Amino acid sequence: MFDSIDQITDGLASVGYISTREISTALYIARHLEKPVLIEGPAGVGKTDLAQSTAKSTNLPLVRLQCYEGLDESKALYEWKYGKQLLYTQILKEKLHDILGDAGTLDQSFSKLHKFDDLFFSEDFLEPRALLRALRHDSGAVLLIDEIDKSDEEFEAFLLEILSEFQVTIPEIGTVKATVPPLVMLTSNNTREISDALKRRCLHLHISFPEEMREREIVAARVPGIGDALLRQLVGFVHALRDEDLKKLPSISETVDWARVLMLMHADHLDSDLIRSTLNVLLKFETDIQSVENKIETMKRKASGQKVTS
Amino acid sequence: MDKTITSFIRALRAADVPVSIGESVDALKTAAFVGYGDRQMLKDSLATVVAKSVEEKDTFDQIFEIYFARDEMPPPPSDQQSESDQPGEGEGEAGADLLEMIESDDTLGMAMAMESAAQRINVQQIRFSTQRGILTRRMLEEMGLRDLEQRIFDLRREGTEEADAQAEALDAARGRLLSQGRDFVDRQFRAHGEAATERFMEDYLSRARLSDLDRHDMIRMRRLIRRMAKRLAAKHSRRKKAYNQGKLDIRKTMRANAAYDGVPFETVWRRQRRERAKVIAICDVSGSVAAFAQFLLMLLYSLTEVIPDIRSFAFSNRLVEISDDMDALQVDEVIPKILKDIGFGSTDYGRAFADLEEQAWDDVDRRTTVIMLGDGRSNYGDPRIDLVKELSGRIKRFVWLNPEAETLWGTGDSEILRYRPFTHVLRRCNTVRDLEMAVDDILRSYA
Repeated sequence: MFDSIDQITDGLASVGYISTREISTALYIARHLEKPVLIEGPAGVGKTDLAQSTAKSTNLPLVRLQCYEGLDESKALYEWKYGKQLLYTQILKEKLHDILGDAGTLDQSFSKLHKFDDLFFSEDFLEPRALLRALRHDSGAVLLIDEIDKSDEEFEAFLLEILSEFQVTIPEIGTVKATVPPLVMLTSNNTREISDALKRRCLHLHISFPEEMREREIVAARVPGIGDALLRQLVGFVHALRDEDLKKLPSISETVDWARVLMLMHADHLDSDLIRSTLNVLLKFETDIQSVENKIETMKRKASGQKVTS
Repeated sequence: MDKTITSFIRALRAADVPVSIGESVDALKTAAFVGYGDRQMLKDSLATVVAKSVEEKDTFDQIFEIYFARDEMPPPPSDQQSESDQPGEGEGEAGADLLEMIESDDTLGMAMAMESAAQRINVQQIRFSTQRGILTRRMLEEMGLRDLEQRIFDLRREGTEEADAQAEALDAARGRLLSQGRDFVDRQFRAHGEAATERFMEDYLSRARLSDLDRHDMIRMRRLIRRMAKRLAAKHSRRKKAYNQGKLDIRKTMRANAAYDGVPFETVWRRQRRERAKVIAICDVSGSVAAFAQFLLMLLYSLTEVIPDIRSFAFSNRLVEISDDMDALQVDEVIPKILKDIGFGSTDYGRAFADLEEQAWDDVDRRTTVIMLGDGRSNYGDPRIDLVKELSGRIKRFVWLNPEAETLWGTGDSEILRYRPFTHVLRRCNTVRDLEMAVDDILRSYA
């Protein structure tokens, strides 16, 4: 799928993701330079979806790591199964006597115990988490590190080794290196600035709100059976909304939701009452809804005006 | 071709897009991989490699358009385009070549000759707009302009009609060449020099005293302050919970594992929450600090963007809460409004502190930082030291930023020395750089 940019676009389209030239180029470069891609953009423009669609269209497993405050390596990379280790020591307590039975001195018993050291810190007791799992997939994988901006700065620093070398070091076992480097995508909603060190190691892709044409394609792909007239009107209306001063602008996912709602209501065109009664699907703040409510007529006209020109 | 990319990267760096060495290696790899055939693809892919934010992408677009636009040399408006497709010789060094190229109308060859002449005299080193004239002249001379001019002169001297016509044609060609040369150097300046000049000016401004600035510098200054605010916001906006990893909470662990006969199956770790910043900022906008008031308010505005829990006040003699205005309005609107409503009166610090007691005393506790922006000149009124003393005892920190030089403190009606014992930090603050450092300090105490 990664032979050319058009191929990527087609591949993504086949699983219902309408790509743009920039998006496909970024994936293309990412694959061939073996670099992670940092995807930024407003919420709901399909950053996470891009990773999922890439995985689906390439038939690679998707490994997803959702970041949050306080996420650390024991939750992201690996953890020792502490409970299991403890359970085993409890069970093996009796065996201890058999093993050490013939040891005369403390020194002897100590060296005997030494032989079993590695037992408790072996693969059997290792709980691999998302990052380690992604590295270990033989066929390669798509690794999605979602909302990296929600994690702590220390975690970013910890990611550096994985992102540049595709390897991690586990003190008790050694360095694990990916046989096939995974295609790594990081997403960020820009709640804070990502560190320069991380940015340097990543390609950067910014996805903004789509143009009307593309948004229509997206909605048509997601909501099959939607009428052409309604599609034009509703996308036009959402675009008019995005020009307003709102607390939270409606994103693509909200456009899709709205289209679904309108489909359920068997609407084949927009009218003001319909918009008013379903506005809460698009706008998530009471103040936004209020500020838009008395402008619906003009915005609708504006939207249909765009329809004529496009 | 590597040289094209490296000097493109140099242009990007000059325009404030920080491209690291690793990134330039990636850029070279990318360029080698996608090739130079498809301009759009080259642009898209280089953009993912070197431009790492929306602003940087905009700059990247501009520089890319300027930098990779030079193949469009306008063809001369001549009617005899007989041999215009003749390929150029590449390196046109001597003047004879220039004449030949003009005669044969070889635009491609001329463009390339200009390029290599520019490299020889290092046009890329251009930094200031005033250098454009001299560099254009030197570049064209390097291409053999003198020979061309000599030839025109000779032809004119011959005086025959035919020679005159020829001279006329050459002169026109010379004119075209000059304007092409100027355009070329202009593009180089925009790609390599403009941003550097701009940065030089901003660097100078950030160290200049706020009271000495012209109106002319204001716009630039505002941009500078906005960038500073953004930088501070990036650094401090997110207060996070710190987990004290690696320390076992033994009491809680034992309690949690009582059911397992004391065998610690479940571990409980200590954690510590960081405090949220709680700030009360008070800004003096009276006549005595009129020159600074703008900047103090700008600073206050940027603080409101950074700190979620902030109440801001402004006063000349009566204290007025401006938190709502700060939240609702843009910086360009809010500052004139506040100055108009409250500003330029005569100061009364005592009155202001009394008003603060009335309006905000209940909100003040040991997590609060109070930031005072002002010169402490109170027109010989009662400074109400008692209130400041009480305030200082109740809060975490009392920070006073004073735009006056230290030598003026305590002179005339300045009460600043009497307030000093009750401040935790008292700093002089009259350049943008001072401001940034002071604010950074304040915010760091919460990190």
